[in-house]
Amino acid sequence: MSNPDTPKDGGGRDWSVVVEDGIAKSNKPVSSAVAEPEAATRRHEPHEPPREHLPARLYEPRKAVHNKRIDGPFRRFKWLVMLVTLGIYYVTPWLRWDRGPYAPDQAVLVDLTNRRFYMFSIEIWPHEFYFVAGLLIMAGIGLFLVTSAVGRAWCGYACPQTVWTDLFQHVDRFVDGDRNARMRLDAAPWTWGKVARRGFKWTIYAAIGLVTGGAWILYFADAPTLFRDFFAGEAAPVAYITVAILTLTTVTLGGFMREQVCIYMCPWPRIQTALMDEKSLLVTYKDWRGEPRGSVKKAQKNPGQFGDCIDCMQCVQVCPTGIDIREGPQIGCITCALCIDACDRVMQDIGRPRGLIDYATLEDCEREAAGGEVKPPWRTLLRPRTIAYFMIWAGIGGALLFALGNRTHTDLTVAPDRNPPFMLMSDGSVRNSYTLKLRNMESRPREMEIAVEGLPDAIMWTDTIGLDEAAATQRVTVPADQVRQVRAYVAVPAGAASQEFSFRLTSLDTQRETDTVATRFDAPENQ
Amino acid sequence: MANKRVDEPTGTETVGHEWDGIEELDTPLPRWWLWTFYLTIVFAIGYVIAYPAWPMIDRATAGVLGWSSRGDLAEDMSAAEMARSDVREQLARIPIERLPEDSALMQQAVAGGAAAFRVNCVQCHGSGAAGSQELGYPNLNDDDWLWGGDLKAIEYTLVHGIRQAGDDETRTSVMPPFEGAFDSAQLDALTDHVLALSGKAEPNAAGAQIYADNCAACHGVRGEGDRAQGAPRLNDAIWLRGSSREAIKRQVLQPRMGMMPKWEGRLDPVTIKMLAAYVHSLGGGEDFLEVAENPEVEVDEQP
Repeated sequence: MSNPDTPKDGGGRDWSVVVEDGIAKSNKPVSSAVAEPEAATRRHEPHEPPREHLPARLYEPRKAVHNKRIDGPFRRFKWLVMLVTLGIYYVTPWLRWDRGPYAPDQAVLVDLTNRRFYMFSIEIWPHEFYFVAGLLIMAGIGLFLVTSAVGRAWCGYACPQTVWTDLFQHVDRFVDGDRNARMRLDAAPWTWGKVARRGFKWTIYAAIGLVTGGAWILYFADAPTLFRDFFAGEAAPVAYITVAILTLTTVTLGGFMREQVCIYMCPWPRIQTALMDEKSLLVTYKDWRGEPRGSVKKAQKNPGQFGDCIDCMQCVQVCPTGIDIREGPQIGCITCALCIDACDRVMQDIGRPRGLIDYATLEDCEREAAGGEVKPPWRTLLRPRTIAYFMIWAGIGGALLFALGNRTHTDLTVAPDRNPPFMLMSDGSVRNSYTLKLRNMESRPREMEIAVEGLPDAIMWTDTIGLDEAAATQRVTVPADQVRQVRAYVAVPAGAASQEFSFRLTSLDTQRETDTVATRFDAPENQ
Repeated sequence: MANKRVDEPTGTETVGHEWDGIEELDTPLPRWWLWTFYLTIVFAIGYVIAYPAWPMIDRATAGVLGWSSRGDLAEDMSAAEMARSDVREQLARIPIERLPEDSALMQQAVAGGAAAFRVNCVQCHGSGAAGSQELGYPNLNDDDWLWGGDLKAIEYTLVHGIRQAGDDETRTSVMPPFEGAFDSAQLDALTDHVLALSGKAEPNAAGAQIYADNCAACHGVRGEGDRAQGAPRLNDAIWLRGSSREAIKRQVLQPRMGMMPKWEGRLDPVTIKMLAAYVHSLGGGEDFLEVAENPEVEVDEQP
């Protein structure tokens, strides 16, 4: 029995140093990029990670990211994507689309109350939810496609978290100035001036959040009506609750948590790391070209001893997630390519070729480091894996379009009565009862014909058409965009046996859509 | 207990126990957890005061808010009752002959009747209202009615019942037992004749004579029955007690006659009206022969 109260050896051990195989392991973060061409592949070799002992606190407080303004082709592309995505989000609910008097005229509308989903000329009913499922599968495979081709392009440009974070960072810059001014203000004591500035900035945050949440609810009801009702205080409580929650999440996630959402909360980066391979385009620091780092002056003094990187830290300062891309691919990199813009600009200023930081595949990096030729970008995109993803993606899309074009707007379901299965009438004839559901997916009332087929001498009447008008076919009007339930009674003269037959529903308009449903006619056996 | 010490790498005190060299750190509960726990205690005190909580001998303490799940139910029920009261009022006002003209109200009545049927009628007539031939409960889906199948006749049957002692207006009929009246040949002939009325056997003169002497007074010359007397039709396909020779002979010799309880006094008039509408809607309901244009004029019922 050992009693820890009387520690033997190890009691006086220095816990800050871990010694293994006679080598003291360092506690410093290990850069995966080293100035050797093989480094890129070697970092994937299995090896025991260096020992690090327990930090004092498991929680790592956020270090504020104040990214510097930058301009360049990728920044301009990011502006464009931001404009397009935000434009789509805010403008879409206000688009109108004429569907006639029986359906709403909002172009994109998720009508939860009436269980309809409208998207321009497409109208989806709940039983067609597989279209939505198909779209979601396409979105998933689309992400696979994009990730395997151009890495985390979704994260870098189009993800709402990225777009709104970018928006909030522009607000920071607009209110507090660029990187240095913001850092100064952060460190400054709380004066009235700082309070006013922060108040102003957070008011803009709240306004952005409100507009974001406000636009969301417009997708679920007639936008102009809801807009008026919302400010008149007459909208449904769920509208206010939704706006409140979305305002809060927008401000919290976009305004304050920012890159922490990508690094700690979002599962997608973790999945993406499994989707990328040595042929995926990544924002890469070409360490064989850049290392060892040295200033322009040092390089002039000692030509040939230093790489192209002058350690100006521009790539770190413009990064919206605050990472150092020179440490290699990492979970914090959303591949927004702003560091490429920054580095290219510096390289231009000091007269060195661009592309020290660039979109490159791991494979190309190796080849380039060894002095080989680099494949043009379109060749890196066109490879079996991306083509396979694209074919699957396009195949599902094509199948959905085909199904959408071929779907009928008329549908019939038949439920025969099981209790009692048949009814003997006084004249010896046998009657069966059925519950028919007539679905009219057009946004206009339609005349439809119900016919009994394959049942000789059968007559049919319904809950609204009396026995005196009984016939083998009946006409009913189905209201616009609705399912009409009809109780149908079918009778055959005495002596008929149990048999299969079918109901046929035909729309009596130019489309003449039909649907046939087979069902059963029951009769007593011992007649 | 006394072996508490501070663990060096973590700087936390141990609980002081040691099992085969394994010790436990005395890490304090997370503050948020502890405060949540205290909050639940505060909440519980408030809850006990406001709501029923302590079980006493026959009931629990009531709580200052006076809430109870039973009271909740009663409230819900009365709210549902209120929601229905409008329809019930309209149904109470409208004479049953006029009900078919108001299809919306008729629909409500049928739905209400269906619910009442499930509670009060399925025990005999079955959940599909198909009755039972063995037990002699009539099928309500077909178009054969012993006492009349229009709305008013059905309502009358519901109100007064069939063969109900103590109700002067109850539907009543008696088929006399013919036990000992015929010898076996006569009985065979009569049975043949009865079956022949609906084409199920060859007609015979002897049977026809016996029928004319003994049965035609009530059941009619051609077996067409008489609703006024409650005499069943014999020339159709529907046989309440079975259509085999044995069943017919048994019914001639020792007739069995069913009864139906009167619902007046047990169900309110509106429910009875709704039940009539439901039974009428099952597919065999008959129209009134004539309903006068003027709502004031009495309708001419089918007998």
